[in-house]
Amino acid sequence: MAGRVEGKVAFITGAARGQGRAHALRLAEEGADIIAIDISEQVDGVPYATAKAEDLQETVRQVEALDRRIVAENCDVRDVENMKSVVEKGVAELGRLDIVSANAGVDIVGPWDTMTPEIVRTTIDINLIGVWNTVMASVPHILAGGRGGSIILTSSANGLKAGPWNMAYNMSKYGVTGMAKSFAQELAKHNIRVNSVHPGGVDTPMAQGIMNVEESGFTKGMEANPDLVGMLTQWLPGMMPAREISNAILFLASDESAWVTGHALAVDGGMTQY
Amino acid sequence: MAGRVEGKVAFITGGARGQGRSHAVRLAEEGADIIAVDLCDEIPNVAYSSATEDDLAETVRQVEALDRRIIARKADVRDRDSMKAVIDEGVAELGKLDIVVANAGICVIAGWDETSVDVWDQTISTNLTGVWNTVQLTAPHLIAAGGGSMILTSSAAGLKGLPFLTAYVAAKHGVVGLMRAFATELAEHSIRVNTLHPTGVNTPMADPRTMEKFGPLLEAHPKLGPMMTNLLPIESTEPRDQSNAVLFLASDEARYVTSMEFTVDAGNTQY
Repeated sequence: MAGRVEGKVAFITGAARGQGRAHALRLAEEGADIIAIDISEQVDGVPYATAKAEDLQETVRQVEALDRRIVAENCDVRDVENMKSVVEKGVAELGRLDIVSANAGVDIVGPWDTMTPEIVRTTIDINLIGVWNTVMASVPHILAGGRGGSIILTSSANGLKAGPWNMAYNMSKYGVTGMAKSFAQELAKHNIRVNSVHPGGVDTPMAQGIMNVEESGFTKGMEANPDLVGMLTQWLPGMMPAREISNAILFLASDESAWVTGHALAVDGGMTQY
Repeated sequence: MAGRVEGKVAFITGGARGQGRSHAVRLAEEGADIIAVDLCDEIPNVAYSSATEDDLAETVRQVEALDRRIIARKADVRDRDSMKAVIDEGVAELGKLDIVVANAGICVIAGWDETSVDVWDQTISTNLTGVWNTVQLTAPHLIAAGGGSMILTSSAAGLKGLPFLTAYVAAKHGVVGLMRAFATELAEHSIRVNTLHPTGVNTPMADPRTMEKFGPLLEAHPKLGPMMTNLLPIESTEPRDQSNAVLFLASDEARYVTSMEFTVDAGNTQY
């Protein structure tokens, strides 16, 4: 049986590990070839360990184990010129571009009065402008294919409802929600669909990293304002595996969602409704 | 100085006490005459005492003490004939109608599996169909007056699903849909329609006999407790806090505000 995205090519940012790797594998399982990027150096100002070059190599290994092709490069989403050249190389090698998953992001947590201009700038640069860079680097290739395509922007539960002690992240993720609507409006005439996905807490190295940092921003926030702890509640029990988000990405990437655009899809265990 | 709703006439449901009385007094303070209705009868299934004719008489006394006129009648928002009779009588007496506050409502707290058909029907017919009756029966008078403002009392539970209130949450979300539908169709007559979304309010409805119903339910489902949290450090608002929002929406200060959800919820819906 043909896969649900058989023969398509997907560009995924932040693909070295966590949700990005899960998306690469899920789309590859269903027949897509992958263009993957992630950073290889620790991101300045981020208190948990960011992805390393060997993480991206592991994604390559796992995609190839599924008999799909993958073009993977170390590239920072803040570097739009480099990203353009990686996408060009990927499209040259794999022949086309159909799907974009703008997934790369960071989360620097802490009470409002611990947020510095550097934290705000880093977060907006990566989570918001980085997503815009991703779309801008990709759209010309989707247009060139003439077949339309699907762009999925990873926002957050916090792009629909602000989370506590997450000021910069909330700002960036609400921005992504708005960006999805804007691109959806203007790209629709080319049959390019643009939707946002809104994960709740997902079991990834980023989430583990945030929790495990000594003197983490969450600890400070909980001490400063314990009333807000309940806002972190997800209705469904347990911690969500990254593959749950990948299933939503797959649906939005596939032709099963051919008339879905401008939609904000929450996969959050009820967090935004709490 | 002229009041902020000077010379206007307001129709208020559930006007005997609580938020309804407070709205009547606040609008009267700012120059409005009032048409008020209330059930003034025993409501089955609720944990709190029902409003009485004495309560409605006290509203009359307080409005008249402000030198404003008031027509107050006992009427059930579910009974279209008696509602229409009061509205027509009030408009005949006071000359016109500019403001509608659909405030009457009931609240029964119960887990989803303990909510009876009676409670469901009673809640939907009062809190949702009663609001529809109020709007549909008053709209012709606002059209005749050349425009006006309708304020439909929804709830924080009309924007988010608070626990152990299935019928109430469904009705109050329904009020938002009703508001949008009417705001769309009545705009051509310069009639504005908005919803008010209170968090807990210090009224007879929220007496300890009501609130203690939450106790065992929250103990059995502790995860849901914090959903009741207000961001601001208060347990509940006062009726007058809600009335100030009603006054703003009723007045010409809000003349281009329509189809809006107005939260006076101390941040509850953002929690």
